[in-house]
Amino acid sequence: MSEPLLEAAGLVRHYHIRRGGRLFGSPAILRAVDGVSFTLQPGRTLGLVGESGCGKTTTARLVLGLLPLTAGEIRLQGETLPPAGERRWRELRRVMQMVYQDPLAALDRRIAVGRQVMEPLVIHAIGAPAERRDKALAILQAVGLQAHHFDRYPHELSGGQRQRIVLARALILSPRLLVCDEPISALDVSIQAQVVNLLLDLQAQMGLAYLFISHDLRMVRQVSHEVAVMYLGRIVERGDPDRLFAAPAHPYTRALVSAIPVATRTGRQRLILKGDPPNPVDVPKGCAFHERCPIAIARCRSETPALRAMADGRQVACHLASGSADA
Amino acid sequence: MGEPLIDIRSLTVDFDDGHRVVRALRGVDLAVQAGEAVGLVGESGSGKSVTWLAALGLLGGRAQVGGEVLFEGRDLVGAPVSVLEAVRGARIAMIFQDPSSSLNPVYRVGRQLVEALQLHRGMTEASALAEARRLLDRVGIADAARRLRDYPHELSGGMNQRVMIAMALAGQPQILIADEPTTALDATIQAQILELLQEIRRDSAMALVLISHDLGVVAENTDRVCVMYAGRIVEDAPIDTIFEAPAHPYTAGLLAALPDLEGPRRRLAAIPGVVPEPWNLPRGCSFGPRCPEFEAACEAAVPPALELARGHRAACIHARSGAV
Repeated sequence: MSEPLLEAAGLVRHYHIRRGGRLFGSPAILRAVDGVSFTLQPGRTLGLVGESGCGKTTTARLVLGLLPLTAGEIRLQGETLPPAGERRWRELRRVMQMVYQDPLAALDRRIAVGRQVMEPLVIHAIGAPAERRDKALAILQAVGLQAHHFDRYPHELSGGQRQRIVLARALILSPRLLVCDEPISALDVSIQAQVVNLLLDLQAQMGLAYLFISHDLRMVRQVSHEVAVMYLGRIVERGDPDRLFAAPAHPYTRALVSAIPVATRTGRQRLILKGDPPNPVDVPKGCAFHERCPIAIARCRSETPALRAMADGRQVACHLASGSADA
Repeated sequence: MGEPLIDIRSLTVDFDDGHRVVRALRGVDLAVQAGEAVGLVGESGSGKSVTWLAALGLLGGRAQVGGEVLFEGRDLVGAPVSVLEAVRGARIAMIFQDPSSSLNPVYRVGRQLVEALQLHRGMTEASALAEARRLLDRVGIADAARRLRDYPHELSGGMNQRVMIAMALAGQPQILIADEPTTALDATIQAQILELLQEIRRDSAMALVLISHDLGVVAENTDRVCVMYAGRIVEDAPIDTIFEAPAHPYTAGLLAALPDLEGPRRRLAAIPGVVPEPWNLPRGCSFGPRCPEFEAACEAAVPPALELARGHRAACIHARSGAV
């Protein structure tokens, strides 16, 4: 295997908060991300799924250095990511870019989109002004827009076109990694497929790696080479998307997969979980999922399961998952 | 089939934004039978929500509503406020996407439920309180007596949606309009809420109109689906027909654009182009410029809805039964 593009080792992000959000509430620790590790090879896609509050977006921001780590390490092209704001960090940021959920919020409404696409070149002092414009026009074409879009403003474009502008701006520095946080969730169904196809085409042309965050499991399967399922700040299952979705090993993944409404009724059994995900301030002892888990045993209440490798190559953090590699 | 419970005929809505008049709804025909579950799918701006807001007189002064909405022998379009108030919440209830913005943040949920019960059922304070507890219990909120004293911000999104459903049930409605009721919720909570709606329907024979952009949600929870595009219903069919033999190219396109959860991965067949803006609709069929079957005749006139089979209509000149 080639050298990994991105290595995340034991990422932790805790917040010190006051209970109930009150000034004099008792102090507590919110464990947004609590020990997340993964590697991403060049040109590959890691899908990160889970429900709101599970730490997907925090993980993305940690990877880019937009949030300081409480503990852990991020290595990009083998080099430890320095703290945000340092010169070397700014240089490394050329290698990794972010695509957000809401393109209208990510763009400046008062600046023509073409200038926003060129802006990263200005910031990094790359090329002469005329070259920058040519480069921006070329990248607009690569994302399926035309030269006349250059002078438009965000409100003059449709949601799908705006997301293409956000992509163009992220791509103009020729990054190797795009962190996409719910990149298609704000788009209409008929447009989602256009943007997903575009992401796959760009990956094939430019050898981009994606960290693809979404709550839409079907879209994640469509784009990912590997999938990691998060629950309350930890990865509970990780592996090949086809195998993971066809036969989930962790009971939480099973519930998540069975909750997807499907167009064709196959008469499969739906697993309905009780209650809401617990508050990340009061993560249950032992396995964080045990209170909602239909198969929990006594051991799950006391002992936190570690992520362990199974015979088929996937990793599962569940005491009851069978078929482990070392068993 | 007997007389429909509610019969919407040629419903139009024009919004006046001060500069121009924009037609958001361009003739919607939709009848719902008692106890039936109907899905309404379409993209943002297609008119799914506006149809029901217009039918219940909830659009405000900037909107001009045309056509008829026949309910219990009355036309609700242009009906006096007193008539509408007797219908809204009581006979026809509606729940929305974001439950926490539908509830009043400064009142306890119990207070809000009691208010609905007093208004719609004329109950006394004491009996309304008992009924509120029963309703919270009914929608699966544990420890209902204590939860009555909670404020909306103390409850999770899923719990707030349960409170909204309880409030909708307070008037013992004949129809529940659920407008994207699970879109703001997580997948596992969505499954809980949809299960609850099914359960209530089994017990009460209430009709359900489920508005959603998610074909899967509609497929699992309704008997029949209406697909909307640019302010019109372009296809209306039983659930199985829609998935096995969609007759309108837009419906077929929507299905092809969805990735599968199983089987080999294939490139998604995206619908090209964008949804037209209501003030800039193409001539004839509004789906024409994006349609793979487009021909000159499509521009001649807005295609009328053709009856392809019993209970299956499609507004496309190419529509044939079991085709596309």
